[in-house]
Amino acid sequence: MHWFILKRLLVVPFMLFIFSIISFVLIQAPPGDFLTSYIAELTQGGSSVDQAQIDALRQTYGLDRPMVEQYFTWIGRMLQGDLGVSLEWNRANSELIGERLLLTLLLTTFSLLFTWAVAIPIGIISATRKYSLVDYVFTVLNYIGLATPNFLLALVLMWIAFDRFGLSVTGLFSPEFAQAPWSWARVADLMSHIWLPMIVLGVAGTAQIARVVRANLLDELGKPYSEMARAKGLPEWKLVLKYPTRVAIAPVVSTLGWYFPQLLSGGVVVSVVMSLPTIGPLLLRALVGQDMYLAGVIILLFSVLTVIGTLVSDILLAVLDPRIRMDGA
Amino acid sequence: MPEVAANVPDLDAPDVVTKGGASAVYVAPAWKLTWWRFRKHKLALVSLWVVVLITAIAAMPEFFATQDPNTTSARHAFIPPQTIQFVHEGRPAMPFAYGVVGQRDPRTLRMEWAIDTEVRYPVRLFARGFEYRLLGLIPTDRHLIGFAGASGTDIPNLLGTDRLGRDQWSRLTYGTRISLSIGLVAVALSTVLGILLGGISGYFGGLVDNVIQRLIELLQALPPIPVWLALSAALPRTWPVTWVYFAITVILALLGWTRLAREVRGRFLSLREEDFVLAARLVGASRARVIFSHMVPSFTSHIIAATTLAIPLMILNETFLSFLGLGMRPPAISWGVMLQESQNLQSVVNAPWLMIPGLFVIVTVLALNILGDGLRDAADPYSS
Repeated sequence: MHWFILKRLLVVPFMLFIFSIISFVLIQAPPGDFLTSYIAELTQGGSSVDQAQIDALRQTYGLDRPMVEQYFTWIGRMLQGDLGVSLEWNRANSELIGERLLLTLLLTTFSLLFTWAVAIPIGIISATRKYSLVDYVFTVLNYIGLATPNFLLALVLMWIAFDRFGLSVTGLFSPEFAQAPWSWARVADLMSHIWLPMIVLGVAGTAQIARVVRANLLDELGKPYSEMARAKGLPEWKLVLKYPTRVAIAPVVSTLGWYFPQLLSGGVVVSVVMSLPTIGPLLLRALVGQDMYLAGVIILLFSVLTVIGTLVSDILLAVLDPRIRMDGA
Repeated sequence: MPEVAANVPDLDAPDVVTKGGASAVYVAPAWKLTWWRFRKHKLALVSLWVVVLITAIAAMPEFFATQDPNTTSARHAFIPPQTIQFVHEGRPAMPFAYGVVGQRDPRTLRMEWAIDTEVRYPVRLFARGFEYRLLGLIPTDRHLIGFAGASGTDIPNLLGTDRLGRDQWSRLTYGTRISLSIGLVAVALSTVLGILLGGISGYFGGLVDNVIQRLIELLQALPPIPVWLALSAALPRTWPVTWVYFAITVILALLGWTRLAREVRGRFLSLREEDFVLAARLVGASRARVIFSHMVPSFTSHIIAATTLAIPLMILNETFLSFLGLGMRPPAISWGVMLQESQNLQSVVNAPWLMIPGLFVIVTVLALNILGDGLRDAADPYSS
């Protein structure tokens, strides 16, 4: 068990190293560096820029050095906790990301819990009532859920809420709490806003995961131990919940590995539409404004979160299912 | 042939030989067996027709359009859909569309459009309209539908108009071309990459396999949308539409090939151990011959199914990118570009019909997914 976890942990630094390189390449990808766009912006605003000033800036940011050196300066600063400065906002990146990261994680976790809370019962119902009306309804909903871009769902729900109930359901806070320091009232306000984005984000995954549960449970229901329990005269619902369900939901934990990045990814688009104060809109703005260091940090952050998500799911799965740790060790 | 079809449902049952004509089952080539099995899946069959229809629109959007999609007329912005009517004053009538009258609201200064039941434009099939080249070859001015007596800005807008007064239906037909073809091209690219790398990985095994598998794991662990966004943000703003188009397909394919590669590798691994492959090798067939004339044909159907399932994902991804303003950009028309018009609550409340392109996305993705599932089930000889 410990060996298994240790082996997984050893891969993490390597993954992070590769991801940091990918993020850095992405930073460098746009033609020119961020100074070029900064200068363009200044000249457009009417102020003149002299060459000496440009050179000075270039030197401060180390842009005249070779790529490899720039990378190591960048990653070195990162490791010391210095995430750099956003040129567009003129503020430290860490300051910009701070609270947004918290809200992003909160939203993602809530969506994850929502997905599981809805998907597992649906999966169980569909499996025990195979080919019934309920099963078909869920299958159809699954297809529709997969086909609907989540931003569209967000738009439609927002539209209905506004058109029918006169509610404006954008953002995560009411205006009076948006800039306020944390307090119980603010948390309560957050909770009264977070449910809609949570549902929007979680719906597509719900259908997918319900399918996984259904398929697993169907496999388990035919196995001898289920037959045995049935032969003993155990009531069907007790039997299903007591044995096969426990086996069938274990793999759901492993979906965390791919579902978590998917949620983070999808959150970007939903956040833009619903104007949520999460990292998504910040990333989009940074990319559009070619504020590439901020964008790079955010992408690296997303990758780190993904790695952590995968790691947690691997460990959870190993804890739940002894066959896997035997295999891995 | 119909008698054979009647027998096919029991293809996998032991008593398949009972009725006359069943022997056809044994001599039928693999694709025919797949088709028979596929035909049983009614929903997939319907989806196939939907896909055919959408493909037809993508192939010749000019024919389905009623107006030039790029004509702007700011005075005719946000006209609600003028749907085709079959009833006039409580009595059935030949299909027609009502005209609209606009009036400026004296307080908000917004144009308020209302249906004008006095003006009626009968629907004509294969009517004359703007000139174009069908499939880029045949010059013509015939369109699927037209409206008698309507010209210029009077032509009814079946799905309303957008912020610049452009006809949404016509834009949708043109958008179908770009959105669908991006999906197809991106999937074609990732299929080539996937088959190549997955094939190498599965056939050679060992170190090569290990390296490719780790690469796939790495790429799959990247959060896709942020990476796509970053890559497309890097495309120069000055690029012409066609360049952006190809760049976007390459970007989508870059992360999209991994799933297919896994699939192909798995197939290769299991096929490598099959008797017929061993037999081919023993007779002295060359490596290329073993791969291309013995192994590849036996998993083509799976590749087709997997590819079909990959297209809707690509379409959705293009929609995401363009919706956020980092994919295709105006003047190019794609579903995502159109949906960009409905990016905030305000525009959706004012003009809900701007969300209609989303409906197209859903229907297309739905049809392709069901079709793909049907194909996959049909391609699997062990499915019941």
